[in-house]
Amino acid sequence: MFLTPISRISRGISCVRHSVIRNAVSRSFCSDSHDDFKPKRKNIPEGMEEVSDLIDRQVKENQVMLYMKGTPSQPQCGFSLQTVRILNAIGVDFSSVNVLEYPAIREGIKLYSDWPTIPQLYVNGEFIGGCDIVTTMFKEGELEKMFKDAKLIE
Amino acid sequence: MTAAGRVSISIRNKLSALNPLFLDVINESHKHNVPEGSESHFKVVIVSAAFEGQNHLARHRLVNGILQEELKNDIHALSILAKTPEQWEENSTVTKSPPCLGGSKESSDKE
Repeated sequence: MFLTPISRISRGISCVRHSVIRNAVSRSFCSDSHDDFKPKRKNIPEGMEEVSDLIDRQVKENQVMLYMKGTPSQPQCGFSLQTVRILNAIGVDFSSVNVLEYPAIREGIKLYSDWPTIPQLYVNGEFIGGCDIVTTMFKEGELEKMFKDAKLIE
Repeated sequence: MTAAGRVSISIRNKLSALNPLFLDVINESHKHNVPEGSESHFKVVIVSAAFEGQNHLARHRLVNGILQEELKNDIHALSILAKTPEQWEENSTVTKSPPCLGGSKESSDKE
């Protein structure tokens, strides 16, 4: 079992819920099945598939998902803090994972997103970007529009 | 202040492939919780016609791709401002990077 606490900011109230992912069910394929029929995966190294599956579920089950250093109430990186401030300024509810507590997720999210740095913001399962992109989109009004279009804010 | 260490020179050389109208490679490591003389935290300001028609993510992925080796081996954090020449003409303000909050205790790890 893979247990990872996800911080959730809702209407300014911080709470922690745990995301429990059971071990992936092993699948058996016919030995002469063509590779074309095997599930397509990102270029994830052996051993990282479980983490990749966990991240996949996290970004799909949480509409706004932030991978950051520290927590929203105690960020441990200036870039993560700036990203949290922007999300709070917009007033969107979001979930977060403190990658400093989970080295596997810290490395796994970089592979999953093909993005080398933290923080990383996902909205409805789609990778939006890091601090620079979030900041630029916020300044240009794009971020708020995106959340409004997705009915994540009024 | 434009840096002149091994990593910054490498960044500059590689990004010249985008024929930038303007390129500034700023070593911000001294603002972070790393040893003096580090080349771990950079801000890159790059203006190039290569970014035309590209959204923010595509521009950053382009730069990340060019600097793949540096990101793998040397760079801990990379702040990118990527504009087209027209956008640069409209606004050439470069915002300061956020201040360091100490980061993780294992400062040698990547962001």
